[in-house]
Order: sequence, then structure tokens, then C-alpha cells
Amino acid sequence: MKDFGFTINKDRQIDMDTADMRVAEYVKTHEPSFNICIACGTCTATCSAGIFTDMNLRKLFTLVKRGEIANTRTEIAKCMLCGKCSLACPRGVNTRNVIVKINQALIKFSL
Amino acid sequence: MKKKRVIVIGGGISGMEAATHLASMGYDVTLLEKDKELGGHLLGWEKLFPTMRMGKDVVEFLNKGITLSKVNVIRKAEIVNAVKTGEIFTVTLANGNKFESDAVIMATGYDLFDARKKEEYGYGIYDNVITSADLEEKFLSGKPILTSKGNVPKKIALVHCVGSRDEKVGNVYCSKVCCVTAVKQSIELKESIPGVDVYCLYMDLRMFGMHFETLYKEAQEKHAVNFIRGRLSEACENQDSSIIVKVEDTLAGKPLRMTVDMLVLMVGMVPSAGTVKVGKMLGLKFGPNGFLKSMDQHTMGTITNIPGVFIAGTCAAPRPINNVFVDARAAAITASSYLEGYDIEKRISYS
Repeated sequence: MKDFGFTINKDRQIDMDTADMRVAEYVKTHEPSFNICIACGTCTATCSAGIFTDMNLRKLFTLVKRGEIANTRTEIAKCMLCGKCSLACPRGVNTRNVIVKINQALIKFSL
Repeated sequence: MKKKRVIVIGGGISGMEAATHLASMGYDVTLLEKDKELGGHLLGWEKLFPTMRMGKDVVEFLNKGITLSKVNVIRKAEIVNAVKTGEIFTVTLANGNKFESDAVIMATGYDLFDARKKEEYGYGIYDNVITSADLEEKFLSGKPILTSKGNVPKKIALVHCVGSRDEKVGNVYCSKVCCVTAVKQSIELKESIPGVDVYCLYMDLRMFGMHFETLYKEAQEKHAVNFIRGRLSEACENQDSSIIVKVEDTLAGKPLRMTVDMLVLMVGMVPSAGTVKVGKMLGLKFGPNGFLKSMDQHTMGTITNIPGVFIAGTCAAPRPINNVFVDARAAAITASSYLEGYDIEKRISYS
């Protein structure tokens, strides 16, 4: 077919009807405090990895909850599991364990 | 000495509570209510935040006050005129009856925002778009919550700030009670429909009350209610009558679409038609948001520009029930001190 130079872009909107919620469900089951995050960003502000990379824990949690997991593996690889985020969280979310559970889910579902 | 007389206009929470207190202080109190039953909006509410106690318990408490304090209650009272002549107020009803008094309490309350004005949300157009008050009516009926086609909903979204914080509909203010009502109704939906997914679409979660934050946490922790920060732009209907919603997930930084079986609009408060009508008759001032204006936001709450007229409850501003109770009692006190000759305006040294 003749190439007219047009391409089809995949849209970037979150589609909750087709979202892959397996990681979110796994984390919610194994670390229920994931549910009580209020997305305040305290974890991200104190994050050691966030100072040197574009790691954003607050945003990562939101994206996992929306099934947006395409880049999750690369993102959590930036985490050093120092646990400062868990100490800072005003809501008592075990953020460090959430990262561990996200990693387990990615392995479990071969994502 | 002849008893001083007070007319209380509006038989909702604030009017009933103010009337009860004034009568218990020994005044001759007449309570005018436009409907056939006292209780106002509370009659249409099943459970109340944040304790989930029954609304009818509060109505009963209020009714007992009216009975014990011997308030003269006039139901189905449609006011056609209200004037102050000298120091005396005269209120005329549609049936020709006239009432005189030495003071008036305005307790004319709020109306729910008419969600049809927010046309892009589809209320009155799409069958599965309802308001928070419609949902409450369903809870009150005790019947199962079903879609327009009689199916059990699997996904329900609640839209915050409908008719509030929205200059397009002329309401810049926050209605205060809708956020926590959404949290309350989310929990009730989760409890009454096993397996349903509930989504709250919010701009901010204003959990200002003492126990509201706890209720919010309970919704997240015990009921796994989903909270998505983003204001609904528009709703569309699918052929099967389900609803597509589009918001920006502002925390994810991406647009988001979702199909839901039912959309609940958390409608805010606007000044009631009665507040506007009677307020104008008495020559009361209105604030920039259309509610009745008090003389000073900090020091003169309940006090109006017309000496002898006091305001209680949601005709002055959106308020939750606990604040309305306090406000009604405050209006009773300020009315009483006025009737005993106390002039609070003497204390104003600023303009």
C-alpha cells in the first residue's frame, strides 16, 4: 500500500473499561493500606530516588490504580527501598511494601 | 404585660428549633410552614452523615420541641405579603389570614440546585443520571437500587460540585455538605449492592467536619470506594442506556473515560424561592451569592439590615445540620435580646 506519511497514534487517555487492574487488585489484597492513600505527595517529596531521577511515587500509585502499568517496571526499578516514604506518610500507608507488592505482581503476571 | 410575639417563617430544621427556643423563653410564637408537614428537606433524607443515624430521629426531636413548647404551627401557609409598619410586622397569607408580631425569624432555607441547568451532565435527558436527592429517595423507599432498565448496577460514579464552585451556572461558592454526602452515599451504595464499583469524581474533598475525615478513610479502607480527582466535563449515553463519563485524572495527568451504569450528581444548595420572595417583601439585603445577608460576617451573624428580622439556617448560607441547630438557637437568642430592648448595633464602631 502506498505510504501517504500518515500514522495512527494510540490515544493517551485512560480507559477504565479496558484497564488492566490485576496489579492494583494484587496490591490492594496483599497491602490493603494502598487503598487509603490521599495522594498528598509527601512520599514523593521525601523520596531519595526522586531527587536523582524522575521517580514520582504519588503518581505511580495513581497510575497503578488506573491500570496504567506499561512503565511501572522501569519506574519502580528507580526505588532503593530506603523506606523514607513510609516514615513520612501521614496516612500510615506502608508505601515501601506497596512497591514490593507491585514488583511481585509484575513478576506474577509476567508484565 | 402582654407577651411579645414572634413569627418564624419556614418549618425546616432552623425554623423548628428557633421557634421551640423562643416559645420556651415565654414568647408567643407562630411558625409558618408552606408544606403540610414540618421537617423541610430532612424529610427526604434517610441517613445522616457522619454517624449514619436516621434523619427521622432528628425530625422527631424537632417535633417534640414544637409540641412541648406549645408553638402555634400554621401549615400550608403561603405568604403573599410581609411588611414592617413602625415596630410591628404583619404577615398575610393567601387565605387572607393575617399575623402580627414584634420580631421575625427568617428560616426559609435552601432549594437544591436544578441539575438540568448543567445540561452537559444529562440530568432529565439520560435515564440513568440521577441526583443525590433522587438516590436518597431510593434509599428511603427501601427498594433495591436498580438502573432504569431494572438491572443491578455494576459501576456507579458520583459527581461532586454540581451547581457549586461553578461560575457558568452563577454559583461560585461551595455548598459544604455535598463532599461528605458523596462519601456517605458511596458507603451506602457499597453496602446495599454487593460487588458494585463506586467512583467519586471530585475537585477537592472538603472533609471539614470533626468526623468527616474518618468517614472518608472508612470509605477507602473498608469499602474500597475509588476517588478520582477531576471534574466531569460531559456525560454521554450509550445505546444500552449506560453513561460514558470523561474527566481529567489530574493526579495521573491524563484524560480518563469510563462507562458507568448510573451517574449520581451531588447537587448543591441555592437560596430557596421562598427566601428570595419573603426576603424582598421585608426589604432584606442579599449577599453576592443570593443568600440573605447578615450585617457582619464575623460578629453579626443572624442579624439583618431590618431591626427585628433575624436569619437562621441555610437561607443565609449552605450549612450542615449541626451548624443549623446552633445557628437557630443563636437566632432565638439575638431575637430575644432585641425584644428585651438590647441594641447590638450600638457595639459597632466600624463601618
